[in-house]
Amino acid sequence: MTAGGMRGLSPWRWLGAPMMLVMGASFLFAIPLRFWGLGLPEPLFAMPVVFAWAVIRPSMLAPICVMILGLYLDLLWGTPFGLWAVCLLLPYGVVLGGRAMLAGQSRLMMWLWYGAATGLSMGAGYLFTMLHTQGAPSPFPIGWQFLATVVLYPVADRLIELFEDADVRFR
Amino acid sequence: MSLRDNPLGELKVPLTWTAGIVFLVVLIVSVGILLGDRREAFDTDEYGNPRTLSDRVMAPVGDALSTPGRLTGEGVEGIRGYFFAVSENRRLKAELENMRQWRDVAVALRDTNERYRAILGLKTDPPIPMAAARIVVDSRGPFAHSRLANVGREAGVKPGNPVMSENGLVGRVVGVTEGVSRVLVLTDVASRTPVMIDRTNARAILTGDGGPNPRLDYLRGQNAVRAGDKVLTSGDGGVFPRGLPVGVVVKGLDGRWRVVLAADKAPVDYVRILLFEDFTQVANRAALDQMNPPSPTPGASTLPPPVPEPVVQPPAAATPRPKAAAAVPGPPAATPAPKAAVPRATPPAKAAPPRPSEPAP
Repeated sequence: MTAGGMRGLSPWRWLGAPMMLVMGASFLFAIPLRFWGLGLPEPLFAMPVVFAWAVIRPSMLAPICVMILGLYLDLLWGTPFGLWAVCLLLPYGVVLGGRAMLAGQSRLMMWLWYGAATGLSMGAGYLFTMLHTQGAPSPFPIGWQFLATVVLYPVADRLIELFEDADVRFR
Repeated sequence: MSLRDNPLGELKVPLTWTAGIVFLVVLIVSVGILLGDRREAFDTDEYGNPRTLSDRVMAPVGDALSTPGRLTGEGVEGIRGYFFAVSENRRLKAELENMRQWRDVAVALRDTNERYRAILGLKTDPPIPMAAARIVVDSRGPFAHSRLANVGREAGVKPGNPVMSENGLVGRVVGVTEGVSRVLVLTDVASRTPVMIDRTNARAILTGDGGPNPRLDYLRGQNAVRAGDKVLTSGDGGVFPRGLPVGVVVKGLDGRWRVVLAADKAPVDYVRILLFEDFTQVANRAALDQMNPPSPTPGASTLPPPVPEPVVQPPAAATPRPKAAAAVPGPPAATPAPKAAVPRATPPAKAAPPRPSEPAP
């Protein structure tokens, strides 16, 4: 076991910096810009980061960061306060619980798991919105956001590659 | 005894368990926050300090970030206008020619309307003051469609004020602070707008579902709507003034009647916030409550006094309660109660004259 392997991973590197990047990207895509008459898509930039945090290692800070990210998205997008916090925490908890099963899976399988986690988040959002407003949201925009979020898996993959082996105690 | 010698010193709580416990606590807190949210109330007090504060921070940042894009768009539009000036000039001339004919029709209709109003003594709505604003943040997710406009309380904006683009209704204000207003767009899942079909005057509720085309719910009447009908605000409920253009009816893929919003014809970058106050907000309710009901119009037809239904006394009940049974049905059948009958009879007499035709929008 090398000394480098035992080196602790700074929370700022794997939690703080990605969280700030997600906040910035989400804000940037909320600007009212149109290209050739079409608005920007609105993917859930937080999803790859949340998925990667759950896969990389169990942490006491990560759930708090997930909640902060969710509350930030609620304030930015005007959704009910706490909606995205819950919708992000649910897949985080599920992936964290199945972390041992995900270890060593191929990239394609991890992408499928990521898609399932995104689906869980969207499904929870659909359910809570339906209960909150007494009306069912249209499935087409949800499907559109789901697709726009699923294609972001390479971001999660990159984060996992960077930090999964940063501390050998969590291999 | 030092810590190293303590048998409990080597005891470590597994990180997975502590992380799991923290996760559960955070999840419970988040669910509590979500359940405590009162966004659907759309009230100033319910909007909350976190939202107010974040809107105040986000609006100037969004404004600054969107400036390069806006300036680029204006530049591209300027270049396009320069190269297509001749064809644009031809199109505008044709449109002007068409509009001149409509102007003559509008002048004639206005004259007719004024005469009708003078004859009927109609009290028309006062002109609505407006505040111009620019959209600086725009969320388009499936669970929320809202925008931040860079005008707020200092311009007199209040929650509930309608918001329009140059083409039609955009939504209404749901949160206001200094310099910023949050606009709930008609397509938001929580948006409900009372509307009417221009051709048939049929009423409906425009219900947002997160998609681009909100649906028409609670549509009343048979054949009340067909594809291509114009949809306007009905003014019911007093949230919106009557007659604001909303869009055009289409048949959705799901077989429901939906509306292509007029505001979607062009990017919604600049908006007008109507500082609209309906009658219920303006009226002095305390003074109205103290007013006596008006006396009936002389000579007008009134409803007959109410005739109480005959009470059939069961033979067994007649013996134990003779006084109570005789006191209720006897006298009112013969003598009408004047105070109770007068106000009920007045509204039908007022509603007798036929309604004037709707003014042209």
